[in-house]
Amino acid sequence: MSILVDKHTKIICQGITGKSGLFHSQQCRAYAQEHRPGEDVFVGGCTPGKGGTEIDGFPVFNTVEEAIRKTGANCSLIFVPPPFAADAILEAADAGIGLIVCITEGIPVLDMARVHRAMQGSKSRLIGPNCPGIITPGVAKIGIMPGYIHKQGTVGLISKSGTLTYEAAWQMGNIGLGQSTAVGIGGDPIIGTMYIELLQMFQDDPKTEAILMIGEIGGNAEIQAAQYIKEHVTKPVAAFIAGATAPPGKRMGHAGAIISGGAGTAAEKKKALEDVGVVVADSPADMGTAMKRAIDARK
Amino acid sequence: MKIHEYQAKQLLAKGGVKVPRGIVAKSPDEAANAFSELGGPLAVVKSQIHAGGRGKGRFKQHPDQPGVVLVKSADAARDHATRMLGSTLVTIQTGGEGKNVNVLLIEEGLKIAREMYLGVVVDRESGGPILIASTEGGMEIEVVAHNTPEKILQEPFDVEAGLLPYQARNVAYRLGLDGTSVRAAEKLFRQVCQFFIDNDCSMVEINPLVVTADGDLVVGDAKVTFDDNALFRHQDLVALRDLNEEEPMEVQAQASGLSYVKLDGNLGCLVNGAGLAMSTMDIIKYHGGAPANFLDVGGGANVDQVTEAFRIILADPNVKGILVNIFGGIMKCDTIVTALLGAYDKIGITVPLVVRLEGTNVDIARKMLADSGKKIVIGTDLTDAAKKAVASLGA
Repeated sequence: MSILVDKHTKIICQGITGKSGLFHSQQCRAYAQEHRPGEDVFVGGCTPGKGGTEIDGFPVFNTVEEAIRKTGANCSLIFVPPPFAADAILEAADAGIGLIVCITEGIPVLDMARVHRAMQGSKSRLIGPNCPGIITPGVAKIGIMPGYIHKQGTVGLISKSGTLTYEAAWQMGNIGLGQSTAVGIGGDPIIGTMYIELLQMFQDDPKTEAILMIGEIGGNAEIQAAQYIKEHVTKPVAAFIAGATAPPGKRMGHAGAIISGGAGTAAEKKKALEDVGVVVADSPADMGTAMKRAIDARK
Repeated sequence: MKIHEYQAKQLLAKGGVKVPRGIVAKSPDEAANAFSELGGPLAVVKSQIHAGGRGKGRFKQHPDQPGVVLVKSADAARDHATRMLGSTLVTIQTGGEGKNVNVLLIEEGLKIAREMYLGVVVDRESGGPILIASTEGGMEIEVVAHNTPEKILQEPFDVEAGLLPYQARNVAYRLGLDGTSVRAAEKLFRQVCQFFIDNDCSMVEINPLVVTADGDLVVGDAKVTFDDNALFRHQDLVALRDLNEEEPMEVQAQASGLSYVKLDGNLGCLVNGAGLAMSTMDIIKYHGGAPANFLDVGGGANVDQVTEAFRIILADPNVKGILVNIFGGIMKCDTIVTALLGAYDKIGITVPLVVRLEGTNVDIARKMLADSGKKIVIGTDLTDAAKKAVASLGA
């Protein structure tokens, strides 16, 4: 078991004829072939106007609806440029794609507000945007993360940051901890799926035994997550919050990573998590060991 | 992207929002003429910089001169403008170095009955825009929110429909407005929210929102920030950008596709990925150092970008050492090292350089560094690299 992604997941890429879209579709396909030889996991892509063609063996369709009809896809990986990405997300949702993973960085925030509004009540789940994607090690990689650093295991990983996710997976791999599923939720102010929903999924997933949460400055999602952990999560949880040294008012790369009016600091998030028993790493070099400490403390 | 108060007021006025009559002045004579043209018994002379706290701020060159001042004659306007223009205004938000004042806004005086606060931002929780209002105008809203959270009113609104009339009235009544002021507020609140949506703002702040003696509502001060990611569909707004207000190195970095923020420390850092870049700053501090910057070279840095990144870091005279922290995922470590060595030769780096690499092809990359014959220290992991980098500053 795992969350979000399993052996029934069939992936298409929206924006597959673009440079990044094609490269990462190839990488994801190679990952699937390596771990599940002979199975068809990455089944094609969409680019309006290029339907009926093929690119490096991937069939290309004009619309998501057509791609679903012809391939049975139930997951879409989006690499569409920022001005058109919100439309691509809604096209996927409207066509009935169950899991939408949007990698695109730089989508206008009010476009995401419109997406958020339109997806109320939708059966589709959106991960991202501006995220590295999802990986269930040994099963499927739907995103831009290097597959080999994610070992199979029992830690559920949730992160706002891409490279910091890799760092955490790497550190855990070095001490023998792998992941059930790793999810990059993205660093934008409005995202499809927040910590709480994933905490719930990991809590309910029998394969997941512990959870590592990587947050950053800005907003109060980590503080709400702490409250949720207190009330609902019985598995050991560790965390790291990036940006303890970030000055207020300055945007640290991610649109969401900004301390405004003294709210959203790393210190207050760390305290909220520690107060509910989460092991919080002081140094980013200790994310893996913090997870181990949290697990060992329950033994 | 931030704009000046006078620009924000001009845009708001176009959206139908009531703002005071005002004239922009770039010389003392223009300031004096503006006073006469406004024709009132008094006017306000306001320094235009991208920072708040101007009224309490003072000029470096003229320690008694406030950044905002009430004047009663054209001569007084000229007099103050002479001291303000070309001088450096230091406020609670500018930092010690202050900001140069090149433009003044001369405005008619208002008969103020009450001052309130009005803001619009994006609310992460409701996933859309939200109107924030308070009876406590003219104060920093963060302070109000901290000390008296019950005085902050919040009204999330739909991004397609805008703020509905009843929502606007509810806020107006909760602010204690009555009579004609309620109608004025309903109109103004809805216009400001529509302005926020139409222009892809990330923040609109009207503080104070003035209730005049005759019950009308007028914008006292306005701060507007636009969503950088949406500027592609607002070319008219891009023209309002004032590069004088921005950190030159941050502007240069942006042009090269790098994300850079200058900080006060002396250890420069070059990192791939925003989260890892923030964490690198954190670990430097954790081991007793002080980061000189945040710098994210992004996922696919090439020789030109890495070279530019080094140039930008080294342009800061405080930098006494550099820590490079790369987690090569899709981007291979040897590609990064090729770029790094190319940049090293092009620029001639003289400060100590500590490099920590991890990920794809790391062994090849470390060997390349070792074989290069350059004085580059290799950090074996994040902690080792941070300690060595901090130690290198004392050497």
